[in-house]
Amino acid sequence: MSASVETTPETRTTGPVRRKPRRKRRPAVLITQIAVAVFVVLGWELCARAGIVDEFFFSKPSDIVSRTIDWFATGSIWEHLQITLVEAALALVIGGLLGLVIGFLLARVEFIAAVFDPYIKVLNALPRVVLAPIFLLWFGLGIWSKVAFGVTLVFFIVFFNTYQGVREVDRVVVDNARMLGAKEGQLVRHVLLPSALTWIFSSLHISVGFAIVGAVVGEYLGASKGVGYLISQAEGTFDTTGVFAGMFVLSAVVLVVDVAVNRVERYLLRWKPSQDNNFGGGQR
Amino acid sequence: MGDDPVARAVELRGVTMAYRARDGDYTAVSDVDLAVDRGRFVSVVGPTGCGKSTVLNAVAGLLPPAAGEVLIEGQPLRGLNRKAGYMFQQDGLLPWKTVLDNVAFGLQLRGTSKSERDELARDWITRVGLAGFEDSYPHQLSGGMRKRTAVAQTWIGDPEMLLMDEPFGALDVQTRQVMENELLTLWTGTEKTVLFVTHDLDEAISLSDEVVLLSAGPASRIVGTYPVDLPRPRNLLDIRTSPEFTEIYRAIWSDLRDEVMKTYERIG
Ligand SMILES: Nc1ncnc2c1ncn2[C@@H]1O[C@H](COP(=O)(O)OP(=O)(O)O)[C@@H](O)[C@H]1O
Ligand SMILES: [Mg+2]
Repeated sequence: MSASVETTPETRTTGPVRRKPRRKRRPAVLITQIAVAVFVVLGWELCARAGIVDEFFFSKPSDIVSRTIDWFATGSIWEHLQITLVEAALALVIGGLLGLVIGFLLARVEFIAAVFDPYIKVLNALPRVVLAPIFLLWFGLGIWSKVAFGVTLVFFIVFFNTYQGVREVDRVVVDNARMLGAKEGQLVRHVLLPSALTWIFSSLHISVGFAIVGAVVGEYLGASKGVGYLISQAEGTFDTTGVFAGMFVLSAVVLVVDVAVNRVERYLLRWKPSQDNNFGGGQR
Repeated sequence: MGDDPVARAVELRGVTMAYRARDGDYTAVSDVDLAVDRGRFVSVVGPTGCGKSTVLNAVAGLLPPAAGEVLIEGQPLRGLNRKAGYMFQQDGLLPWKTVLDNVAFGLQLRGTSKSERDELARDWITRVGLAGFEDSYPHQLSGGMRKRTAVAQTWIGDPEMLLMDEPFGALDVQTRQVMENELLTLWTGTEKTVLFVTHDLDEAISLSDEVVLLSAGPASRIVGTYPVDLPRPRNLLDIRTSPEFTEIYRAIWSDLRDEVMKTYERIG
């Protein structure tokens, strides 16, 4: 992380705050991308109409689109979306805060780290999906079982990033701050926290993705509202169109959220040298 | 050098510094005696890896000595040296703070009000020639500009003594001469004590009142202390060609060369 001060002639400076140049997609790539989408969607539609693929199992794009439009036109989708997003947001905030506090504690207090290290490893190794039914039992069918599930996913990401961020903070920066008069509390606020936040923000995509996954999977297993519930309902009645429409809405929402996260990240980490973080969407 | 202990800003008595290593302790410097009078500009030179930074860390209180004692203004040093400003060899700026906030940081830690510290910081930014870059982040600056920011960050707190660890070591020659000149201008008339570390004998002589030579490590010692009686104010561009300079240079270099050769023999 620490940029070394190599021989950079004073003349070779970038002026104050130069914006990172937008990555330009070559038109050939864009055209091909559109062509692929058209080919797949059109192929699917035609095959379904011609009876080459069974509509019962695979539905067809025109039905999926009209179902989606229907959901939005009647407004029936909104309450489901809202529930899912609220669950994801709560999971993100609660899991994030827990991860931040506990990560800080373990990174700063050697004894606690030594004691809890094996437990953290065991918990993290646990496949989280098996927890979902237990949470349903503990927290009921409402939003809190989904939030709890999302928290278990988000917590570990934020925890590990906080731990790493505090641990790997530049020694020289810490010493410099101390020589300038920083006391322990000020050190946390001005040096350790910003360093940890760098790591946390860089993993925000993944955290947000996991929060949404947590909500949807939780709903899928048992709920009375939410996009996951919508999909599981459709599945229960062999309504493939409904399943695909649910997936379609979900992907669109994740995409929109991702763009927003990108914006937030770029703003919060504006002090960082621009590196090429050219992933289109969050990987999960 | 007066023997009056009150006149001494820094005194090291038999200081030995050791690092924990896997195969036992590594003694970086051993039994160093050093006295720096108040208001003097003293340079520590020595081959790379001989323990110059280690000595400075002892004076800063960042690293307690394994043996011996560090006295600051006649008082034994406990914990950090609150009288010292420290310019580190590596970049110590806070990457998430702008130049303005970096420079104002020390004042912020002391609880100075925002308007007051910003005003003072702007003054200092102008003094080190960075006006217009207040809102830039460190990564947007060149190495020289980051050093200027670090100078402002350290000096704004008005410390009684300054510890500078190869501050200009990584800069190109031109920038470096400009910065050396500016440092002298800044220091002249302040009565601040400066302990300046460099591996560049030229730089050490042209800036200092006194040059302290450390031997090659491990367990390096002080080889000698050489007064530099060149008149002040000095013009750094001309000083290097004056006969007095050359004479002092030759005297120290013959000793330094031996130490450098030892370092090379050890490595090679
Ligand atoms: N944190 C450390 N742990 C172990 N050895 C160190 C550490 N810091 C420095 N050293 C060793 O101590 C010696 C002196 O280092 P340093 O004071 O940085 O030298 P200089 O500043 O003169 O180049 C070197 O041999 C270096 O390898
Ligand atoms: Mg050094």
